[in-house]
Amino acid sequence: MSMTILTVDDSRTMRDMLKVALMEAGYRVIQAVDGQHGLEVLEQETPQVIITDINMPKLDGFGFIENVRRDQRYLGIPILVLTTESSPEKKNLARRAGATGWIVKPFDSAKLVDVVRRVAA
Amino acid sequence: MDTMAAIRETFFQECEEQLGELEVGLNAMEEGVADSETVNAVFRAVHSIKGGAGAFKLDRLVRFAHTFETSLDLIRGGQLASSSSVMRTMLRSADLLADLVKASRSDHPVDEARVDAQIAELKALAEEAKEAPTEANAGGGDADGLDFQPVLLAIDDLGETEPQAARYAIKLIPAPDLYRKGNETVRLLRELSRMGEFRVECDTRHVPTLDALDPEGAYFAWRVELTTAEDEAAIHELFEFVVDDCELEVVVDRAGVGAATAEASAPAAAAPLAPFVAAPSFASPIASEPAESIEAVAAANAVEPEKAKVEAAKPDAGASPATIRVDLERVDRLINLVGELVINQAMLSQRVLEAGLARSSSVAAGLGALEQLTREIQEGVMAIRAQPVKPLFQRMSRIVRELTDATGKVVRLRTEGEATEVDRTVIERLADPLTHMIRNAVDHGVERPEVREAAGKPAQGEVKLSAAHRSGRIVIEVSDDGAGINRQRVREIAIKKELIAPDAQLSDGEIDNLLFMPGFSTAQAISNISGRGVGMDVVKRSIQALGGRITIASRPGQGSVFSMSLPLTLAVLDGMVVKVADQTLVVPLTAIVETLRPKAGDVHALGVNARVISDRGGFAPLIDVGQELGYRRDAADPVGSVVLIVETEVSTRCALVVDAIHDQRQVVIKSLEANYRQVAGIAAATILGDGRVALILDIDTFVARTNRSAAGQEPLLAAVG
Repeated sequence: MSMTILTVDDSRTMRDMLKVALMEAGYRVIQAVDGQHGLEVLEQETPQVIITDINMPKLDGFGFIENVRRDQRYLGIPILVLTTESSPEKKNLARRAGATGWIVKPFDSAKLVDVVRRVAA
Repeated sequence: MDTMAAIRETFFQECEEQLGELEVGLNAMEEGVADSETVNAVFRAVHSIKGGAGAFKLDRLVRFAHTFETSLDLIRGGQLASSSSVMRTMLRSADLLADLVKASRSDHPVDEARVDAQIAELKALAEEAKEAPTEANAGGGDADGLDFQPVLLAIDDLGETEPQAARYAIKLIPAPDLYRKGNETVRLLRELSRMGEFRVECDTRHVPTLDALDPEGAYFAWRVELTTAEDEAAIHELFEFVVDDCELEVVVDRAGVGAATAEASAPAAAAPLAPFVAAPSFASPIASEPAESIEAVAAANAVEPEKAKVEAAKPDAGASPATIRVDLERVDRLINLVGELVINQAMLSQRVLEAGLARSSSVAAGLGALEQLTREIQEGVMAIRAQPVKPLFQRMSRIVRELTDATGKVVRLRTEGEATEVDRTVIERLADPLTHMIRNAVDHGVERPEVREAAGKPAQGEVKLSAAHRSGRIVIEVSDDGAGINRQRVREIAIKKELIAPDAQLSDGEIDNLLFMPGFSTAQAISNISGRGVGMDVVKRSIQALGGRITIASRPGQGSVFSMSLPLTLAVLDGMVVKVADQTLVVPLTAIVETLRPKAGDVHALGVNARVISDRGGFAPLIDVGQELGYRRDAADPVGSVVLIVETEVSTRCALVVDAIHDQRQVVIKSLEANYRQVAGIAAATILGDGRVALILDIDTFVARTNRSAAGQEPLLAAVG
């Protein structure tokens, strides 16, 4: 069975792009439109990797990551942050929340897949 | 469409939505009624556009969105107050952003000077905010500007050896949190191994006995010897996301390069720390933990397939409503087919009725169910073309904004019922008349602030735009709280322009309706806003062309309401089916004011051929439809016939003579042009329940044509079968 990746992003464009890039690389993709929805999706299925945006309505990426990390069921799932921001402060926040890695938008499909492959190994 | 083109299309659609959110949010902020979520949503809208634009390399859009976003972030962070002048800059920026999106979508050039000017304006605001002694300024480089360089960081490829190899001794002692956050020592070590000559040792001395072991604990320590051309920063970057969750020590040992290489080629068993030497594919921490915890993991995994099943049923549930894109042409083809289906079903019903089958028969019952289904399919298909009026309304708010800037009036646009859905074509064709009416409302309706205050009204005027469904139609209203129609002045102008007789007795309503007459304009001085050569007559004609009606209500000192009632779709029409010389015709219901059976005394001859009928104290010319269309040589006697009083934009009222009224019903419009050719006076055709074609009259052109043919022209149609 192919590996499942959860993408959390409020932008349909980004969700589509991620889906295309990841599916072409052979991954199965499930999606959520914000952090809150991401947690709901996790109730249904546990992915092997999570990719999340930061700026989202309802529950932002930091809050989402913190929630995931607090939950024993999702122990050790790599969470990659995908965002346009690259300031050290934001990275620090993401790291403290429990992110595994950081990818800056706009992303290159090949590199994205490469990063996913590495954390998912 | 390839995938990227499809996603690009999605991006632009999403942009439209974001621009809508942006506008609504900014307006709320300007009015001071925005909560923090609104401010966040505004920021997010611009942020999202920037993100997507970056993906499609729309650099100009990215550049402007970035500057815009930076200013919005300052407002969000409280460093920049959302004063009305600041908000005006933001709204103007939103307008420019919308224009840039549009330009990017169609690959049109943009006014660079305008972009630069707006960027300068935004930057000036940002500068102000920085100088202001409020809170600390947010994140230097990132907030500052245009230097944003998309880069892929963290666990990026760090390959390539060659120049200046150095030897590093790296010590790594993970804390439990490192694993909890989804990181793995195995991955980090593998990354390191890719950087050059690599040797690793694992120190297992701290692994406790089984009873003391915490399955989620971290007990290993690692020592790595790495010879690489990469610099120390590259190594640190690799650990960027774990530095808080481990003890890390990186020591450079340049002198040892040669030795390290030599050593590396020696058998691994020579390693000093001994317990075991790991190749890049050694066991992960979980696998090397005791059996107990492995079972726990296995048990957890066993639950998963069941979860997966539940998930499969709702992959994107709760997400924004799923959409598919379909060519408009396909939808129209479907609508056409459903139209045929409706006609066929009606024909079938009629045949069954003619066959004399009992209503209780199973055929009749089945037909009843079919009729119900057909109607539902028709409604469903029509709904595909329906779109909310929101984007249209949003465009209007921009117009009001531009007008307030141009006129010095203070006007706020309030919208209601934006979710109301109407046929896409109706929306498209409503844009111009609506724009004109909004312009009128601001330009002629709302008074100047000082005038308003003198009249005891708030200085800020209000224009309200609302949409609602009412009995199968959509009603759109444009109202203002201005001075109302100056009837005295309207009357004077109408007399001066010879639109009415100087002694005409007109009710208030009739005076108001003079605004719709061709050639009427109340503007004292023709401003470049509403006086563009088109008057309310053009608005009225556009609305009528859509099968709609427009009415005015006005109260002096309190304002005016322009109310438009429109069909939900252009595919069906409410018509009156009439008989004329054994032919069946359909007259659009919207054009008919009243129907009557004239008495002998009502009809008066006027010259040799012309006749008129008394109508509400005036006279309306009688037009014999059968004669005009060439169905019969001589006009029928109006007495004993049925007269339809219709209203057109040219001559206010006309009386059409037909033989009989059949019934009123919805008919499916079939294009005459597509199936035959254009015929003056005929709008389209339809197919009736008995399978016969019926022409639908176009009242405006029919009457206009009739006025000319009075001079002895050919009939409109030679023969129609």
